[in-house]
Amino acid sequence: MALNQSGWRPSTPQQGDGAPATFTGNRALMLEEPLIFEIGSTETTGVDFAAGDVAGSRLGDLTRTAPIGLAGLSEQETVRHYTRLSRQNYAIDLGLFPLGSCTMKHNPRLNEKVARLPGFADVHPLQPVDTVQGALGVINELAMWLIKLTGMYGVAMSPKAGAHGELCGILCIKAALEKRGEGHRKVVLVPESAHGTNPATAAFAGFTVEDIPATADGRVDTAALKARLGPDVAAVMITNPNTCGLFERDLKEISDAVHAAGGYVYCDGANFNAIVGRVRPGDLGVDAMHINLHKTFSTPHGGGGPGSGPVVLSEALAPFGPLPFTARTADGYVHLIEEERAEEFSNEHFDGTLDSFGRMTAFHGQMGMFTRALAYILSHGADGLRQVAEDAVLNANYVLRSLEDTLDAPFAASGPCMHEAIFSDRGLAEGFSTIDVAKGLIDEGFHPMTMYFPLVVHGAMLVEPTETESKAALDQFIGALRSVAERAKAGDMALKTAPHFAPRARLDETLAARKPVLRWKPPVAVAEAAE
Amino acid sequence: MRYLPLTPADRAEMLSVIGASSIDDLFADVPEAARLDGPIRDLPGHASELAVERHMTALARKNMVAGDVPFFLGAGAYRHHVPASVDHLIQRGEFLTAYTPYQPEIAQGTLQMLFEFQTQVASLLGTDVANASMYDGSTACWEAIGMARRITRRGKAILSGGLHPHYVSVAKTMAKYTGDVLDTALPVLGADTDIDALIAKIDDETSCVVVQYPDILGRIADLTPLADACHAKKALLIAVVTEPVALGAIRSPGEMDADIVVGEGQSLGVGLQFGGPYVGLFGCKEKYLRQTPGRFCGQTVDADGKRGFVLTLSTREQHIRREKATSNICTNSGLCALAFSIHMTLLGEAGLRRLAGINHANACRAADRLAKVPGVRVVNDTFFNEFTLDIGKEARPVVRALADRGVLAGVSLGRLYPGEDALANGLVVAVTETVTDDDVEALATALEEALA
Repeated sequence: MALNQSGWRPSTPQQGDGAPATFTGNRALMLEEPLIFEIGSTETTGVDFAAGDVAGSRLGDLTRTAPIGLAGLSEQETVRHYTRLSRQNYAIDLGLFPLGSCTMKHNPRLNEKVARLPGFADVHPLQPVDTVQGALGVINELAMWLIKLTGMYGVAMSPKAGAHGELCGILCIKAALEKRGEGHRKVVLVPESAHGTNPATAAFAGFTVEDIPATADGRVDTAALKARLGPDVAAVMITNPNTCGLFERDLKEISDAVHAAGGYVYCDGANFNAIVGRVRPGDLGVDAMHINLHKTFSTPHGGGGPGSGPVVLSEALAPFGPLPFTARTADGYVHLIEEERAEEFSNEHFDGTLDSFGRMTAFHGQMGMFTRALAYILSHGADGLRQVAEDAVLNANYVLRSLEDTLDAPFAASGPCMHEAIFSDRGLAEGFSTIDVAKGLIDEGFHPMTMYFPLVVHGAMLVEPTETESKAALDQFIGALRSVAERAKAGDMALKTAPHFAPRARLDETLAARKPVLRWKPPVAVAEAAE
Repeated sequence: MRYLPLTPADRAEMLSVIGASSIDDLFADVPEAARLDGPIRDLPGHASELAVERHMTALARKNMVAGDVPFFLGAGAYRHHVPASVDHLIQRGEFLTAYTPYQPEIAQGTLQMLFEFQTQVASLLGTDVANASMYDGSTACWEAIGMARRITRRGKAILSGGLHPHYVSVAKTMAKYTGDVLDTALPVLGADTDIDALIAKIDDETSCVVVQYPDILGRIADLTPLADACHAKKALLIAVVTEPVALGAIRSPGEMDADIVVGEGQSLGVGLQFGGPYVGLFGCKEKYLRQTPGRFCGQTVDADGKRGFVLTLSTREQHIRREKATSNICTNSGLCALAFSIHMTLLGEAGLRRLAGINHANACRAADRLAKVPGVRVVNDTFFNEFTLDIGKEARPVVRALADRGVLAGVSLGRLYPGEDALANGLVVAVTETVTDDDVEALATALEEALA
């Protein structure tokens, strides 16, 4: 069955810019690409199989007879399809990717190579533990690094992403409170500038979320926070450095106050890149912090995942961390502690104090990310990681000071920023906003900064260059952003219809949400439709 | 350091532009007591690419590689042949080093791929819609239970004994904190699934029934009566598929009227990777769309009228809804979804059916051969590419002993259900297209000797 009954037709060629229309809709290297369902067919396959009879006999009466509707392509067509699609993406490999709070740094290819060693890539999670000592060794070695870099007591390695790590930390807190008989503490305090995952996570775990206000200089209002502490407060979730790119100077003081009031401190570690090797969160009284391996430790973002979110834990929370975990004994053997051995292990090595809240995911976490992150860490070493933070902060301040004369920088007066520089849309011409600057940057060949986040800054533009950008790359970006900002201040209407040179012009997001089309469907045949 | 491009001269010049005398000035907001004065002690310094590769290779060599030995493990993670072009394509930098497609004009590659992925997954699972992926099957399963609670406003979920025990554990962990009541059971080492028992348990408090298909022992049952029973009590049926290749051979849960179908997509394109990263599949009936977790990609048009794609329905998600979001999930498993989608595109429907047929035929031959080993009984009447043996003695030490002989024999139920004596003799054996007749013979011979 061919799926493309109606036949794929190229989109309307662009008109009106003086360039001729093309028959295909393509413009030289800018190639239009239909959906696989429009060019493939259900009979086509790009895979050869061994010959032979495959009559099934033990499927009960459940053989799938109805058409499934999966289009196939030959290998050549498949390679071409995805190669063409890939060229419609911006990526770090193409240029600076200053998406604030996302830490889009270079992804070293050594990390890809080691993750693909058969000894890591082709190993099953349920093999006997004796046969996976190297894999467990990677987890254990990475865990050791994360503990030492953060000055914490333990680490939970299994969370699958940052938000999953937040959940892990919050569950540790909940388990610790219940163990203390204080399960009645239901409130989690979250600053207004927090990532949306913070309040969502607390709510997901059954807590009530209350906002903490920010001060005019972009930090948590310590006085307001302290005033809110009390017997109903379970925890405070703070991002440090925060999403305005500022170090929370009072964090230690806040931690002490929270602990004195019987609560715990969760630190969102999304921005750890700014302080790795310079500050250990453990020294600031943090009880739990997730580390986005895809940010600080450069595992690739892959178009939106997979992430990996190990959570470092204080001595107070470590006993409650999830199963499974690894532990290396003096003989060098790496143990995998799953449900069955948890109690025995606790008795043998921790006087029976371990009390895990349970399992968060099947198997042992994002192994493929662990190998990459460990290779990254070993490449940098303790000295290199410190340099990472220094260069990341240096680059961000360089951007901040180079542009503060052009763009409004709401916190520039209060001192240096950390890893990211924040600007607002103040001073742009009437009717112009952050999005127009962002789309203008696309035409300049850059991915835009984070837009409209954090919420505490009007029309926020959050720029995080990362340490892997050269000065020349920064200078070019600064020049481009200055040019676009000046056009926005002058009211250049061409910005309102930017981008002009991208594979697509601005897309109608309202239409997408109002009438969701979430999958391709075969076109209704003309005869059928007429009935 | 090879990944840091700034030169000392650059740094000095940049500091002067900033107006700082040293890098320490930029860290002035850090309280003095928390400042580290140099690299953290007792951690090594930077290392060359060669040195790091050597270290990692040495660790990799300490693992027994699935492809090097007769290999029969499954139980939620399956070894399939992944065509070479899959890994080549996902390593294109434009896919590998892109971020979440928040700027759709320069992310159409990722977005169109996700739209195609959603279409493929919905077709495979037999659901109206599917999202852009979850972390993995186990977390997708819990999200489905939470979604059923929101839809039905009931808090009791009935979990089949055939559901993967790790998936059950994840649900138990979360339920402790959300207040959901879980009715769970252990599998019974027999040919019949627990469908009838599940039907008997459904009552007016039930939000959903969660059933794995094929189940943890490899058994397959028609879900239609269970779906009918759920719907009669206004409960939802959640079906869990840990081996998506099976759906090239057996009817999809959606065709049997399951309301939500979740799965582990690792079998296609992703590889074993010691358990992660994998890719969670999540599909459902369209009427439940607004209660779904995770990202969706939707079709739209641009200002010039050209078709294009964007992330959509984000008013359910944490970055808009914060504490009122349907889930706290932020990332999907984008690159693994890409691998899944490329592999599926290479297969096409004809290829998937053929692949499924080969898996089933191999498994049938293996089951027949292993049934001839004295003392071994094949538990299943029905299976796809995975079945359970009762080997008449505790299976876990046998698996370990066979590993010493270079045969990775399968997953013992003792590993999955420690301390459950009634299951201790069970061995779950997966037979995919990667298993040869020689491999089966090696397993049969080794088992014979171990059981003699």
